[in-house]
Amino acid sequence: MADITDQKERSFPKIEFTDSEAGALTFPSSKSRTYNYYKPAKLRATMYEDVTVDVQPDPERHLTQGWIYGFGDGPGGYPQEWTKAKSSNWHAFLDPNEEWEQSIYRNNSAVVHQVELCLKNAKRASVYDNWNTSWLKFIERNVGAWMHAENGLALHVFTAVQRSGPSNMINTAVAVNAAHKMRFAQDLALFNLDLSEADVEFDGAAHRAVWQEAPEWQPTRKVVEQLTAVGDWAELLFATNIIFEQLVGSLFRTELVMQISARNGDYITPTIVGTGEHDYDRDLGYTRALFRLLTQDEEHGAANKELFGQWMSTWVPRCLEAVRALQPIWSQPAEKAVTFATSLENAKSKFSFVLEDLGLDIPKELDQ
Amino acid sequence: MSRQSLTKAHAKISELTWEPTFATPATRFGTDYTFEKAPKKDPLKQIMRSYFPMEEEKDNRVYGAMDGAIRGNMFRQVQQRWLEWQKLFLSIIPFPEISAARAMPMAIDAVPNPEIHNGLAVQMIDEVRHSTIQMNLKKLYMNNYIDPAGFDMTEKAFANNYAGTIGRQFGEGFITGDAITAANIYLTVVAETAFTNTLFVAMPDEAAANGDYLLPTVFHSVQSDESRHISNGYSILLMALADERNRPLLERDMRYAWWNNHCVVDAAIGTFIEYGTKDRRKDRESYAEMWRRWIYDDYYRSYLIPLEKYGLTIPHDLVEEAWNRIVNKGYVHEVARFFATGWPVNYWRIDAMTDTDFEWFEDKYPGWYSKYGKWWEEYSRLAHPGNNKPIAFEDVGYQYPHRCWTCMVPALIREDMVTEKVDDQWRTYCSETCYWTDAVAFRPEYEGRPTPNMGRLTGFREWETLHHDKDLADIVQDLGYVRDDGKTLIGQPHLQLDDPKKMWTLDDVRGNHFMSPNVLLNQMSDEERVAHIADYMANGTKSSS
Repeated sequence: MADITDQKERSFPKIEFTDSEAGALTFPSSKSRTYNYYKPAKLRATMYEDVTVDVQPDPERHLTQGWIYGFGDGPGGYPQEWTKAKSSNWHAFLDPNEEWEQSIYRNNSAVVHQVELCLKNAKRASVYDNWNTSWLKFIERNVGAWMHAENGLALHVFTAVQRSGPSNMINTAVAVNAAHKMRFAQDLALFNLDLSEADVEFDGAAHRAVWQEAPEWQPTRKVVEQLTAVGDWAELLFATNIIFEQLVGSLFRTELVMQISARNGDYITPTIVGTGEHDYDRDLGYTRALFRLLTQDEEHGAANKELFGQWMSTWVPRCLEAVRALQPIWSQPAEKAVTFATSLENAKSKFSFVLEDLGLDIPKELDQ
Repeated sequence: MSRQSLTKAHAKISELTWEPTFATPATRFGTDYTFEKAPKKDPLKQIMRSYFPMEEEKDNRVYGAMDGAIRGNMFRQVQQRWLEWQKLFLSIIPFPEISAARAMPMAIDAVPNPEIHNGLAVQMIDEVRHSTIQMNLKKLYMNNYIDPAGFDMTEKAFANNYAGTIGRQFGEGFITGDAITAANIYLTVVAETAFTNTLFVAMPDEAAANGDYLLPTVFHSVQSDESRHISNGYSILLMALADERNRPLLERDMRYAWWNNHCVVDAAIGTFIEYGTKDRRKDRESYAEMWRRWIYDDYYRSYLIPLEKYGLTIPHDLVEEAWNRIVNKGYVHEVARFFATGWPVNYWRIDAMTDTDFEWFEDKYPGWYSKYGKWWEEYSRLAHPGNNKPIAFEDVGYQYPHRCWTCMVPALIREDMVTEKVDDQWRTYCSETCYWTDAVAFRPEYEGRPTPNMGRLTGFREWETLHHDKDLADIVQDLGYVRDDGKTLIGQPHLQLDDPKKMWTLDDVRGNHFMSPNVLLNQMSDEERVAHIADYMANGTKSSS
């Protein structure tokens, strides 16, 4: 029986009723219950605006003492000079996806559950057993190679860019973009792992050699590596999300994998790749909003358009070179549901639509 | 996911990286450290497939608790003394959090280990989580707490306030200067590994004792991400230690980072815990006792000292001096008194200390009353407008302090103040180490070796300079620290909201002229300055009576 005579007296804080609720008293500012240091885009501030706007200070707004640490060779903080693009008000950009922590985890968890369920069902139904050799080879080589591109963009494009933008809204949108890319790259890698563990002819290690040596993928790897070498954050974002993703990324994902998988008896790959498409749709949304703001800027719009034209003259040929090199993979599956010419035409057409939306001229290089 | 499949999955994910041959990633942020001989250290394994659902589950718990707090009328039992300080704390902390996210590519640029890049990118997303979840907590306080003034202008106030600037180092230090100094030693090895213990564990404990269980809910959820971040930092530190050439830089950065974190975090969190609480049980740990447990034992003795065998030079002297400042030199008490002195330019209200508080302080810090008790009695006496000026402008034996040029907390342990002419300007420092930080560490050369990537101290570092020779009412108005009637100050030296006559207005503070100590110091002749400094330093040994 427990000894109850030697119980140590417990010490705990005493709760006191203080009546410190909103509305308990009326006094100056007792009803001031909105963040009042910025003007929301609409009448009422959104949750996204409240948790994002002005968290990264700016000497042009409320920061009176300036940045208190500088780099060895220049100012600290978030200098606007880190890109050649110019804006009359960088803070006017708001992410149309309104990403903040709840949306990040809810959306990505939903994707994770979807992908996991899909892969579990695939295993249970032994669907890989019915895939033909040429399709398995297509996945092994090409989806295997593509996951490297996604991972490289995650770590060395989007993660890098989110240090450099001049507003918290820009940097947070880009950080979420990085998370999308990381998750998608990893999902492709884990799909590759599942296939290599299935009782089918699938070399789970082949992707490395394909990405690093196969002639059809080298121009794509080259342009990804060239992207990571760009120092100007806006150029990097423009070249990646507006040009590379439209001409190379969407060409491979939307115009090839999503179109031909079903005809090859595969409903797993498009489910996974579809999540990457969904991510890109969101990420293209914020990118368009940002660059539309820059092309429509009353003061700097014309100069920005000229600048973006220069960027296109650099990156469109590089991406088209990558695209042309990929042409042979259209012939690899047994069921060739779509031709390279059709896919490329679709990709170019969508790219042109994005450029028109931004008010940019279609680059002459696109016709080459 | 089982441990075995996690290991297999992690190994698979590591296949995603490759050695570039056409072009290498741009190095936007340089470092003077070298990693050519560094062994590759594998950090904590984390894959996105398990990460997102894990964080979503943590979020669900946090938001469930938030709903519960509202339904359960938590604010009926919240101590205003406590929640007022959250106006300051929660204005500061989302910026360091988001800065930590922004710091991750700096570490990725600097460290040639693809294994660790993945972990750093996950940390980036964590930090976005932390920043926005904290902004949301603050919004909940603003919506549900009796006095929203100060919460409502939070990010503006953070950006133009003297205390906000002190806190801003805790973010700017992560994102500026040498990539390893900033994103690894200052951020991860010291701030996250040592000081988040007091920030995110000790302080929420105190919140709960004051009727606020949402701060612990949010911050313990935040803290549960920190172990992964600590693992990132540790891996990079071991890689840096593998190269002898890094040793002097590591020694420099450990001294700077440790001391600056101590100056900034202990000033703020020490004050919140000691002067923001109503819990005066004698067996409740003081900040000094918490510090001994969380920082001295758990960090210094258990984490830092074992690193000596790998060749890390530990700043033992500075750890002991930080402890000495907290337990013997009244560091936290001095900071609290300084914050209370400056109440008209605060965006939070500061409660007076009572006999119950005096008794507790005397018990925990013997000699406290003789040094600070009388001043707090004066603070109570001068709490209401009408017959007196704000306490800073009354003769209560307290001289408005000089600001430390480096850590920006004033030189409050007056006998330790260092005054030197640096970059053609007379500057004051709270300590020899802060002087060294400005004059020696943050320079393009260190011990005869070029350090072009090291950061620089910049900006208008003395807040008072911006407001020199102005009327106090104009300063408050310029800062925007005025309530919605256009005249009542947000800051008040008491918690009484029930009587408008007790609340100070612009008219009540008008006529008090504010002068910058640093501007005045630079206007003095050599003789005047020597006498002034001697008097200032001697003042530290006097009681406030």
